[in-house]
Amino acid sequence: MTSAATPSRATALHSPSVGTAVSGVSSARLSVGMAACAALKPVRASDILAQSRRREARWRPGLLAASHSEVFASAQDASGAGTALALARDALAAQARAQRSDPLAEVDDQRQILWVQDREAIRLTGRPYAQGLPPDLRRRVIHVAAKSAQDALFALEEGLRCRDLAFVMGEIAGNPRALDFTASRRLSLAAEKHGVPLWLVRLEASADLSSARMRWRVEAAPSVAPRWNADAPGDPAWQAELFRARMHPPGEWILSDEKGNLRAAEPRKHTAAADIGNLARPTVGRSLAAL
Amino acid sequence: MPTALITETAHGPRIDAVNDLGRAAGAASGMMLADARTLCPDIAVAPSDQTGDLDFLEKLALWAQRWGPWSALDPPDGVLVDVSGAAHLFGGEARLLEDVHAACAARGLAARAAIAPTAGAAWALAHFGARAGNSELILACQDDAMRILADLPVAALRLDPNVLTVLRRLGLKSLGDLAAIAKGGSGLEGNVSEASGRDALKRRFRSKSPTANPLIRLDQLLGKVPEPLLPVIAQTMPLVQRRLMEPIRHRSLLDQVLSDLAADMARELEGKGEGARRLELGLWRVDGEVLVRKLELAAATRDAAHITRLFTNKLEDIDAGFGIEIVRLRASWSEPLSLGQGDIETAAEQHGTSLAACIDRLTVRLGPEAVRRPIPRASHIPERAQVWVPPLEHQAASQGTLEFYRRPLKMLDKAELISVLYASPDGYPQRFRWRGKVREVVRVEGPERIAPEWWRERSSVRLRDYYRIEDAKGQRYWIYRHGLADDGRGGMPAWYLQGLCA
Repeated sequence: MTSAATPSRATALHSPSVGTAVSGVSSARLSVGMAACAALKPVRASDILAQSRRREARWRPGLLAASHSEVFASAQDASGAGTALALARDALAAQARAQRSDPLAEVDDQRQILWVQDREAIRLTGRPYAQGLPPDLRRRVIHVAAKSAQDALFALEEGLRCRDLAFVMGEIAGNPRALDFTASRRLSLAAEKHGVPLWLVRLEASADLSSARMRWRVEAAPSVAPRWNADAPGDPAWQAELFRARMHPPGEWILSDEKGNLRAAEPRKHTAAADIGNLARPTVGRSLAAL
Repeated sequence: MPTALITETAHGPRIDAVNDLGRAAGAASGMMLADARTLCPDIAVAPSDQTGDLDFLEKLALWAQRWGPWSALDPPDGVLVDVSGAAHLFGGEARLLEDVHAACAARGLAARAAIAPTAGAAWALAHFGARAGNSELILACQDDAMRILADLPVAALRLDPNVLTVLRRLGLKSLGDLAAIAKGGSGLEGNVSEASGRDALKRRFRSKSPTANPLIRLDQLLGKVPEPLLPVIAQTMPLVQRRLMEPIRHRSLLDQVLSDLAADMARELEGKGEGARRLELGLWRVDGEVLVRKLELAAATRDAAHITRLFTNKLEDIDAGFGIEIVRLRASWSEPLSLGQGDIETAAEQHGTSLAACIDRLTVRLGPEAVRRPIPRASHIPERAQVWVPPLEHQAASQGTLEFYRRPLKMLDKAELISVLYASPDGYPQRFRWRGKVREVVRVEGPERIAPEWWRERSSVRLRDYYRIEDAKGQRYWIYRHGLADDGRGGMPAWYLQGLCA
């Protein structure tokens, strides 16, 4: 039933465990389907409720993270790692909010973070830089420089099995043979079993078969100009497309990281600004009075 | 036969020690071997083993604790034992010295021994007492130390050779001479006032280090100044082993032995309240070969299953040959590890692994230099401003960075050369080519000037002007211009791209 209602479901191969979806959401989708069939009937309260639930199912910042997400990005900039880190921190904050009612929960999260890169990813985009990380993560990152994609997958899986990690971040360049559907399924299962989210950045990769619960495609977007210096680069922004997700319909957002808070805006419409050229006439060789 | 022990130095072999015959023939320690050969052509040489000597001395110091509760090393060839209140157990101090001589002679050691109230006096008596003609090698507490030791040479003060040279040139040959000046009074210049002699010595030898200051050494010898000593304390490494009835040749049997050993080791460590940080597994083969596998752990542990699992990865390339007959596991580095309190909610411990176990598994497979943690270091040079340390090391507190420095999320291992188009050499970059693509610079912030660290770099190193830039597609980078056009440290400055901002 879930696969019928989810627009992004392409083949039956992509739905390995249909029954594990959260029941509230799937029932909402079911009622949406019924509402679509009964379009001619007068609108009822249950239909409105279903509509609002459907809107809620749309992804927004502040939701709990999927256990295994992939972020496809170019290796020309750090947008992949930046987005993954912003999404991961947002999910951590959501988790902390959810646990706030629990008096035994840890108030100050000091769990470590495992950041795994394979050699090609290090060569293309470099290593994480402690002083550029968000202040609360600066002393919590453990970095693994794996020689091959196979070693990186091993490190990711070991990290996901560790109960003391906040999340695991991976960066793998290209589509290595080792990262096939089986490997991705192993990662998903390990992440689900131990409750450690995995954020896998795929640099310069095509979206092949994968069991990731959410798959993003991001690229850098022009940042909002800072208030005091409009000529300077502002808070980082990314154009992110959620092109496959288990719980949410696909969509596109402009994500930005404002002082550690993730903001999502509707994407700007691509309007080609007319090039009106240089309005000021050159004054070389002439005095201004001659104009 | 005259024999000398030598070490190879940059100027040729140098003599470390000679035997009595060699000394009689004219060789001395510290002499070049070529010089000694001219004096004594038939001198036999053997390489000296200084680390071996130190090991032996440590063992000797531990063995010497039979005469007193604790002992200290006095390298290269001495041991100090505290026998206060212990001599009566041997029938008095004279009988104790006899016992020392007998015990050393039984082990083939030529020894000189002396007893005195302070370590310095005992050292002086043991090294120079017999030579100076003192038949009495025991200095009792009530004796006047200076009266008995006055004839000993100043070398008995355990001073550096250059200080000894200075003293010899000053004409201060014996302890008596030195003590007379230090005390004031008669001696060389009888009419000098009370304090000025000591002041003169104090001005002459200003060093705070006892080996370079005869006054401190003299006071230590007389017991006026305390002299702390570092005792030798025996530490036994936890060690478990299996001698096998039949040599084993198969992996499955070895795994079984290994898990038994790990369980034994866990029990051994638990008894001592410790956990292992480094483990060494030795496999003795029938043909005499010894295979050793080492394992370093990120945190102290005594979890037998964890140890077994980590070693299993290291036993892949073992060649058993005709069989392995002894397997020995030794914890060469262990740290205190108290018994852990079990979690009330046992499920919390059941699932997953702990962080230390996870790091161990990663380190064993990927190597210790693959798993590290970046931590900030006090430097303005960006690539020096972070240092990679083992992940579970204690992180020293460090000064935070200022908030207005915006740093990139990721930094390239080596800054990449870019070609930049600019309006003026010291102005903003306008366009640049990186990795074969031309990018338009839309927004710039900078420059942030970072000067070279002159206290550790050469004077020709150029400064860097850093710019944060954003191109037309919104990609953000951190680039720098290396130097200024007219700084006289090279030609036109080159541009580099060093960091990728989020």
